[in-house]
Amino acid sequence: MTDSKELSKHDLQTRQHRELPQRSIRPAVDIFEDESGITLKADLPGVTREGLDIQVDKETLSIDGKAEIEMPEAMQAVYADVRATRYQRSFSLSSELEGDKAEASLKDGVLSLRIPKREQYQPRKIEIRNS
Amino acid sequence: MLPRIHGFDSGLFNEFRRLEREMDQLFSAGFWPGTMRSAASDSYPPINLGVTPDQVDVYLFAAGLDPEKLDITIKENRLSIQGERRLERDEATSYFRKERYDGAFHRLVNLPEDVDADRVEARYDNGVLHLVVKRRESSKPRQITVQ
Repeated sequence: MTDSKELSKHDLQTRQHRELPQRSIRPAVDIFEDESGITLKADLPGVTREGLDIQVDKETLSIDGKAEIEMPEAMQAVYADVRATRYQRSFSLSSELEGDKAEASLKDGVLSLRIPKREQYQPRKIEIRNS
Repeated sequence: MLPRIHGFDSGLFNEFRRLEREMDQLFSAGFWPGTMRSAASDSYPPINLGVTPDQVDVYLFAAGLDPEKLDITIKENRLSIQGERRLERDEATSYFRKERYDGAFHRLVNLPEDVDADRVEARYDNGVLHLVVKRRESSKPRQITVQ
């Protein structure tokens, strides 16, 4: 790949256009909500803990995972349903979710992510005192 | 139900627009070819198949499986993989997204004719089942020396 500095403005534009969308797989997810938060499960077969990058800030959640697939060196691809080794998907978070307190785990290629709701949105039990 | 659907559209957990990226995925081809039996691409689990002169490598992209419940057989050169993935879903919970595969599956793959069904190794790592099926010696390319 040529260094972008050497390219003319026109070349740069077409190059950027070509490279902008990155080849990746959109992983299948389940998302459900309960009283105290939201849970996301994503299928990321081939992704290890080291290859997984989850970013959560106030407004967005993004999942970026690289699959490590062991392949013999001289292998010739014959057939493929899966044609990328990267998974990417992003979501916007509502302000009632507390992204800072998100917890994630990964097992057998399944990511489980839990984001709690902010305290003021959590259901509160009101105690009734005896009079 | 309406408020829920509405709330989901207006962004409790909205997904970014990714049309551009997905279009690119549909049309670009990389290392893996996409022409053969591409109609089967909806099948679960997705499969990749590659060959070398020594062996055939089959990859099943199936996260969260119990590998002991898989039934893998090779008859002649036809590989059959049967299994199921049961997700623990609470039916009382309301789901924003429910995309992950839940249920039984059966996939058949035609392997090259020279595979040796007695020499198969299977491993399940990080949600990928990797099968290595050795090929018979006779099918390896042979160097022919000109006298």
